[in-house]
Amino acid sequence: MKYLLLKHYRGGPQPHHSYPPMDRWTPEEVDAHIGFMRDFAARLEGTGEYVDGQALAPDGAFVRYDGEGRAPVVDGPFAETKDLIAGWMIIDVESWDRAVELAGELSAAPGPGGEPIHEWLEVRPFLTAPPTISE
Amino acid sequence: MNDALLRELVPAVIAVLVRRGANFASAEDAVQEALVSALASWPEDPPRDPKGWLITAAWRKVLDEIRAGSSRRARELAVHAEPPSGPVQDADDTLQLYFLCAHPSLPPASAVALTLRAVGGLTTEQIAAAYLVPEATMAQRISRAKRRIAGQPLDRAGDLGTVLRVLYLLFNEGYGGDVDLAAEAIRITRQLAALADEPEVSGLLALMLLHHARRASRTGPGGRLVPLGEQDRATWDTALIAEGVGLLQAALARDRLGQYQAQAAIAALHADAPAAEETDWVQIVEWYDELVRLADSPVVRLNRAVAVGEADGPRAGLAAIAELDPGVPRYAAVAAHLHERAGDLTRAADLYAEAARTAASAPERDHCVRQAARVRQLGAASRRSARDPSG
Repeated sequence: MKYLLLKHYRGGPQPHHSYPPMDRWTPEEVDAHIGFMRDFAARLEGTGEYVDGQALAPDGAFVRYDGEGRAPVVDGPFAETKDLIAGWMIIDVESWDRAVELAGELSAAPGPGGEPIHEWLEVRPFLTAPPTISE
Repeated sequence: MNDALLRELVPAVIAVLVRRGANFASAEDAVQEALVSALASWPEDPPRDPKGWLITAAWRKVLDEIRAGSSRRARELAVHAEPPSGPVQDADDTLQLYFLCAHPSLPPASAVALTLRAVGGLTTEQIAAAYLVPEATMAQRISRAKRRIAGQPLDRAGDLGTVLRVLYLLFNEGYGGDVDLAAEAIRITRQLAALADEPEVSGLLALMLLHHARRASRTGPGGRLVPLGEQDRATWDTALIAEGVGLLQAALARDRLGQYQAQAAIAALHADAPAAEETDWVQIVEWYDELVRLADSPVVRLNRAVAVGEADGPRAGLAAIAELDPGVPRYAAVAAHLHERAGDLTRAADLYAEAARTAASAPERDHCVRQAARVRQLGAASRRSARDPSG
């Protein structure tokens, strides 16, 4: 079963604790954080559970159709939008429980002082293809 | 015969099929099919005449396709039974393929994909893997590109500049994925250099070799980006540098300067410096002036400002970027570097943080975050020592 682990720049439940943005950490803390993320992905490749991971730039926009022959409406980018996705990891695992376990581990990435940042990650199951045998 | 040698035969085989009367699109498809069979069967059962094998196998596929549909037959031109052939014509025909694949009517991504397949002899599967897209998507991109250039005559000299631009693009995105696109770009440009004796082709090849020579030093542990000034120059590939410099000198001696020779000259000056501090920035600025004259762009001017900052000091560099649009990619990172060197650490850290937000790649973003963190730490330390001069 595939799950999407969504990382947000902003949004989600009340943060466990507040911490400064990464550019205010020490270089060693930045390295430790990035190294943790990389090692996590490498370990999941090793267990055969890793599918994909991508990071997104913060600036984007909302776009919608505006009728025949008209250019689409573009709204944004929004500097203060409440919910902003930072990137994702897709994993293919045995169960929901395993997905939650891994998301919990990923959320323990170190921050200032080497302490886990307790970041909220959103876990969403993929909808699958319908089964071949349906009755 | 290894895969690389096999791939080198592809453009010449396509050219033979086209000369026998097949159109480019079906010849290219047929050779791709023959190539895939060759990759599967040759390791076990290598042919005595690899090129002959490919021509025969691909030609059979062209004929099969013609027989398969009478509607198609109308579109196929008369098929010559005895094609004229000769090495000179072979070379000219192969060169035409380069022009066709880099045709100005093609979007750059399509031109690159088509070049990799028809000139580079890569399979669709390999090209898809290199660009991290599904194979079916890449197959469609290539066939749409071929439809777009259908009917373009193969016997007309094209613009070498468009070919070089496509190869430059291919090289520039070359460090990632399972297929080494930078190495493929070098291989294809070498092939081109053997067909077209032009200083700019040599210039582009030299530029590629000089950058490729530094490749091992460009990334540190965990894929982190190492800027030129901090690279371990002992790991630079001296053989590639020597080859690149030799090609460049021969090209420059012909006195027909172009943008790739100018870029290669800048790369050669970096390669020539035993340590970052020994870089001849004054001469590099002069080459950037040539580059602005030959191929002006905001990116070139931004890079020139970096060189000016090194040659004449950070204030001069800041004055040079003041004339540029801050929307140019990497503007914030360059500004941050110059402000740091000018001693304005707070401004530098904020600009590095901004550069991280606007970075186009993850390694670049991580690098800028690290720089911001480093400069903020420096700033905090200097504020502490200002408060307590004894400590």
